[in-house]
Amino acid sequence: MSEVTYLEAIREALFEEMDRDQNVFCLGEDIGAYGGAFKVTEGLMAKYGAERVIDTPISEAAIIGAAAGAAHMGMRPVCEMQFIDFISTGYDILTNYVATARYRAMLPCPMVVRGPSGGYVRGGPFHSQNPEAAFLHTPGLKMVYPATASDAKGLLKSAIRDEDCVLYFEHKYLYRRIKEELPGGDHLTPIGKARVAREGNDISIITYAATVWKALEAAEQVEKEDGVSVEVLDLRTLLPMDDEAIVGTVKKTNRVLIVHEDTRTGGIAGEITARINESAFEWLDAPILRVTAADVPLPYSPPLEDYVLPQTSDIVVALRRLAAY
Amino acid sequence: MARSTAAASKPTKLTPAGQSGDLSRAQRLELYYYMRLTRSLEERLVNLYRQTKVVGGLFRSLGQEADAVGSAYALDRSKGDVLSPLIRNLGSMLVQGAKPTEIIKQYMAKGDSPTRGRELNIHYGDLVRGFIGQISHLGDMVPVMAGVTLSFKMRKQDRVGLVYVGDGATSTGAFHEGINFAAVQRCPLVVIVENNGYAYSTPLSNQTAARQLVDKAIGYGVVGERADGNDVIATYEVTKRAVDRARGGGGVTLIELMTYRRKGHAEHDNQSYVPAGEIDRWAAENDPIDRYIKRLLDEDFEESELASIDARVTEEIDIATDEAEASPMPDPRDALIGIYADPPALSPLWFREGIKSAVDVHERPSSWGTHDV
Repeated sequence: MSEVTYLEAIREALFEEMDRDQNVFCLGEDIGAYGGAFKVTEGLMAKYGAERVIDTPISEAAIIGAAAGAAHMGMRPVCEMQFIDFISTGYDILTNYVATARYRAMLPCPMVVRGPSGGYVRGGPFHSQNPEAAFLHTPGLKMVYPATASDAKGLLKSAIRDEDCVLYFEHKYLYRRIKEELPGGDHLTPIGKARVAREGNDISIITYAATVWKALEAAEQVEKEDGVSVEVLDLRTLLPMDDEAIVGTVKKTNRVLIVHEDTRTGGIAGEITARINESAFEWLDAPILRVTAADVPLPYSPPLEDYVLPQTSDIVVALRRLAAY
Repeated sequence: MARSTAAASKPTKLTPAGQSGDLSRAQRLELYYYMRLTRSLEERLVNLYRQTKVVGGLFRSLGQEADAVGSAYALDRSKGDVLSPLIRNLGSMLVQGAKPTEIIKQYMAKGDSPTRGRELNIHYGDLVRGFIGQISHLGDMVPVMAGVTLSFKMRKQDRVGLVYVGDGATSTGAFHEGINFAAVQRCPLVVIVENNGYAYSTPLSNQTAARQLVDKAIGYGVVGERADGNDVIATYEVTKRAVDRARGGGGVTLIELMTYRRKGHAEHDNQSYVPAGEIDRWAAENDPIDRYIKRLLDEDFEESELASIDARVTEEIDIATDEAEASPMPDPRDALIGIYADPPALSPLWFREGIKSAVDVHERPSSWGTHDV
């Protein structure tokens, strides 16, 4: 089998799920004839027609709201946000309507909202965002954020089959930069399960999405230069969080670094820190550290963006501080 | 400057009601039944509210019963049509099969209410009977119903959807996005703008510079009609045309129904913002039930027929009240069930482990301004 990029893996998942289930359909801006801003949905309309691959007006609230209505009736909509930054214009209907539907009204809302996320691409403040922290606080939603092509495919297929609304963040820096041979058959990655991306004994890095790769680079470097053995836990699912895997790696290494590309204050690292504090405090040999973006809107110019976002060298600095504690 | 918002007092542009030739004698009585049931049920809820048995606020549709009942009556329940009501459309839910006992249990926050005590008032639905509960964020149900009706179109089902918004909701982004989306997709959707003159305390003149709300239809490229919402037959007929159009593939219709909100936003609202005399004038001159009774008696109906419906309504509401009052409150721990399909329930927080309820005696200081359960 040939290697498949992260982006192609997403597309494969869409084709396979639309083949498998007539109720699956896609809707979003420019996803049909044009194939989407990043060509993720290229070829879908040619195969499934304009009825199942709907080019919509520029209306994120309508895309998400209409998906919810169709989902109530048994459809399985997959919404594309052209850039995930624009999910904020659908925030009301996602958090107030979709997320509460099952609880307040026993209305099922099996739907996916997916979109290109993240920085390191010189996209500026409105084409680089990581919106997960805004939705972490919303009971009723699930969130996944794959780091590998295999998980990109497996998590999207699982998200489409999930009975609730799943926000599926796909990192645009990874779209065409990583590839691998995918598992054959009906490949599903379970929602709610983290993955040990690298085994280690001395320090744990808990991270997800693009910074998994930076964490792996940093781990290699400190292993080689310092002889420190670093474990990297790729969360894959952000909501519900895999507490068992998090506590498991804490108990194994007793030192924890949390890395995310999103801004620092109110970011997911704070929540993970609180959970470890409540359930594994006595297993810690050092304070939990965070490497994150600075609390600024993400700037465009390369020297500025590079300065704001977490880099491999930042992770190395933090690992050395933890090792020396 | 008099802030008269009573646009419906100048009904020159309204489509006149026909002779409702396609409604049988039994159906015309049924329209009366649903209007009377709406009003009497809300009056019973007021009694329960004053006895502090209603936990939250109480919302009335006094004077607007005709527009909710007449429009919903134009749907075809045998075909599986679906509507989404707004807070003053209790009547539309009753037409779709909502039961008085469900409504009272909802208001009383009972454990066996349709939402098991999770949501308030008439915020509930039932896909089998064809109504979907609203949320408080106005306009949001328009995109949702666009999606419901999109599914009808995709599956080539012979079904129609109807969504109610008020005059205030036409100012929201969700309304605009939803009706535009539905119009582009030619969804079989009827959008009813119930113009009752006020959004909470805000008169229409502060809501929009549009001369009339039906004008918005032009901008969306959909058919627009405007009718007298206090005439149940006119309301039925204008909606029936729109439903037939939607079912025939003609897409979205925007209907502006002219009516008047005679009570405040909710029961607590003293309506200090309403010009003197306005409410009394509507009550005396343009009550939808009075008008319909006159119409029925002018035709070949007997007062005794209407009186027997009134008696039936009272009996049904009495039975429903007894049942709702006897219903249990929810088990506190039910609060953790059903946020997701999987996992089916959350675990209690550590400080609630082994604890049955949060407090033995429900405490709520009177200074909060709300009454206790």
